[in-house]
Amino acid sequence: MTRFLIGRALLLVVGLLVASVIIFATLRVLPGDVAQVVAGTQSTPAQVAQLREQLGLDRPPVAQYLDWIGGLLRGDLGRSLVTDGRVAPEIAQKLSVTLPLAAMSLAAALVTGVPLGVLAAVLRKRAGGAVIGFVAQAVAAVPVVWAGMLLIALFAVTLHWLPAQGFPLDGWDEPGRAFAALVLPALTIGAVEGAVILRFTRSATLGVLDADHVRTAAAIGLTRTQALLRHGLPSVALTVLAVLGVQIAGLLVGAVVVEQLFSLPGVGRMLVTDVGRRDVTKVQSELLVLTGLVLLVGFAVDVVHRALDPRQREVAA
Amino acid sequence: MIRRLVARPTGLFAVVVLGLLVVLAAVSLVWTPQDPFRADPFHQWASPSPAHWFGTDAAGRDIASYLLAGTRTTVLVAVGSGVIASVVGIVLTAVGSLTARWVREGTAVLLDVLVAFPTLLTAMLLTAVAGGSLGVVVVSVGLSSGVTIARVARGEIRRIARSDYVTAARASGVGGSGVLFRHLVPNAAPLFTVQLSLAMATAVLAEAGLSYLGYGAGSDTASWGSMLADLQTYIGVHPWSATWPGAAIALVVAALSLLGDAVRDATDPRLTTGDRTGRNRAPAGPGVTA
Repeated sequence: MTRFLIGRALLLVVGLLVASVIIFATLRVLPGDVAQVVAGTQSTPAQVAQLREQLGLDRPPVAQYLDWIGGLLRGDLGRSLVTDGRVAPEIAQKLSVTLPLAAMSLAAALVTGVPLGVLAAVLRKRAGGAVIGFVAQAVAAVPVVWAGMLLIALFAVTLHWLPAQGFPLDGWDEPGRAFAALVLPALTIGAVEGAVILRFTRSATLGVLDADHVRTAAAIGLTRTQALLRHGLPSVALTVLAVLGVQIAGLLVGAVVVEQLFSLPGVGRMLVTDVGRRDVTKVQSELLVLTGLVLLVGFAVDVVHRALDPRQREVAA
Repeated sequence: MIRRLVARPTGLFAVVVLGLLVVLAAVSLVWTPQDPFRADPFHQWASPSPAHWFGTDAAGRDIASYLLAGTRTTVLVAVGSGVIASVVGIVLTAVGSLTARWVREGTAVLLDVLVAFPTLLTAMLLTAVAGGSLGVVVVSVGLSSGVTIARVARGEIRRIARSDYVTAARASGVGGSGVLFRHLVPNAAPLFTVQLSLAMATAVLAEAGLSYLGYGAGSDTASWGSMLADLQTYIGVHPWSATWPGAAIALVVAALSLLGDAVRDATDPRLTTGDRTGRNRAPAGPGVTA
C-alpha cells in the first residue's frame, strides 16, 4: 500500500507539473504577443513595450514560469491583466460556488444513478429494466445546455418552484437562497452524469448477479435480494467508485457550461469570461486550478479504491 | 460484419440515424426549404405550417432549414475530430508499443497524465490562444480523444501480446511484423472502432457546449449548438423552442454511442459464440459533459 501511495502521489505531482507546463507554454509561446493583445489594436509600439516590461513579459519564459509556480506555492497567483485585481482571492471566492455545485451534482447523480442502475439489472428480463435502460441511454446523450433549459422551462417558468437563474449577492450568508439557486444547476449536471453512472452500475450489477458467490449465497437459503445486497453490492460499489474519478472530472467541467446557463458566479463562468478577454494570467491559473482539482480527485478515488478493494490488498501483501 | 451490426436493433437504429444525418447533410448542400439565414421580421415565432415545417425563431428564420444546414456542421465536427483522434491515437499507440523501452515507459506515464485533462478545458486553453472556432473544437476533441484511444489501446495491446495465440505464433516462427498485422491490429480494431465512435459523440456534444459558450461556430455557420444558445435567451417566453436542436443533438449522440456498443457486440468473438446477452461489459458512453 505504501509503495502504491508513493507511486500514485508521484504520478499526481508529475501530472500537475505537466499540466502547468502545457498550460503555460500554450498560452505564452503560441499566441505571439500577450502585451499587444492587452494593449489593444490602437496602441503604439512604445506603449506595448512599456506594458511588456510592466507585466514582466520581457523576461525569459522560464523565469516567468518559475515566478508563476513559485507564487502558486505561496498562494499568490498574480494580478489580472485586464482589471488588475488579485487572482488568487477571486478564484477562492468563485470556488465557494463551484465546489458546492459539484458536490450537489455528484449527490444528485449518485442518488439517481446507483439505485436505478441496480434496479435495471435486477429487472433485466422485464419491461421495467428495458425502460430504465432506454431512458438512461437517451438522457446520457442530451447536451447539458438543453437539459438545463428543459429543467428551467419545467421547474422555473412553468411551475415557479425554483429560481431560473442567478445567485444571491451575499452568497452563503443567505444559505437558503444560495442552496435554492444551486438546486436546478445541480439537477442538470446530476441528471446527465447520473445516467452515465446508472449504465455503469447496471453493467456491474449484471456481472455480479451471476457470480458464483452470489449464486451460492442464494443456494444456501438467502433470497436473491438478500444475496445481492450482502454479497453482490460491495463489488458493484467498487466498480462505481472506479468510474467516479472520471465522472467527477465531468461534473467540474459540466459546471463551466451550467454556470453560464444559470448565471452562477463560479470558476467556470470566470474562465469563460477571461478567455473572451484573453486575460492570460487569470486563464492560466483558472485552468491549472480546475485541472488540479480533476487530478486530485482522480488521486483520491484511486487511493480509496485501492484501500477498499480486498483483491488488491492481497496482491500488495 | 455490417449484416451482424444491423441485425441488432441498437445497431440498426445507429446506422439509420447516422445514414440519415449524412444524407441530410449532403442534401443541405444543394437544397433547403428556405434560406436558413433569411430573417423575416413579419413571421417571428411562427407555428409549424407547410411553409415553415418546424415554425420560425425569434428572427423569423425557418427552423427546419436552419436545422438542415446545421447537419453539415455536425458531420464536419464529428468526422474531423474522428480523423484527428485516429491519427493521434495510432501514432501514440505505435510509439507506446513499438519503440525502445524507455520511450515506451515515458509514453505510458505521459498518457496516464494527459488522459486526465478534460476535453472542454483543452478546448478553452486553445480558445484562449486562437480564438473560438469550429477548428479549435475539432482539434481539441481530436487531441483528447486520441490520447484516450492510445491509453485504452495500451491495455488491449498488452493483453493480446501476452495471449496464447500470439505466443503460439511466435513459437512457430512468425516474425514481429507478422504478429503485428496478423494478430495485434485485427484484434485491437474493434476496440479502436468503439473508441472512435465515442470520440465522435464527444465531438458533437463539445460543439454544442462550446458554441453555446460562444466559442464554437461563428454566426455565419449554422450549428445546432449556436441554435441552442440563441434560443436560451427566450426561455422565459418560448420555453420549449429549444426542443428541435436539443433533440437532434441527443439523437446523433445516442446513435454514435449505440454504434460503439453494437460494433463491439458484433465483432467480439466471445459474444458471437457464447455469451450473447452482452453481460459483463462496461457500457460505452461519451466521456465529456458539454
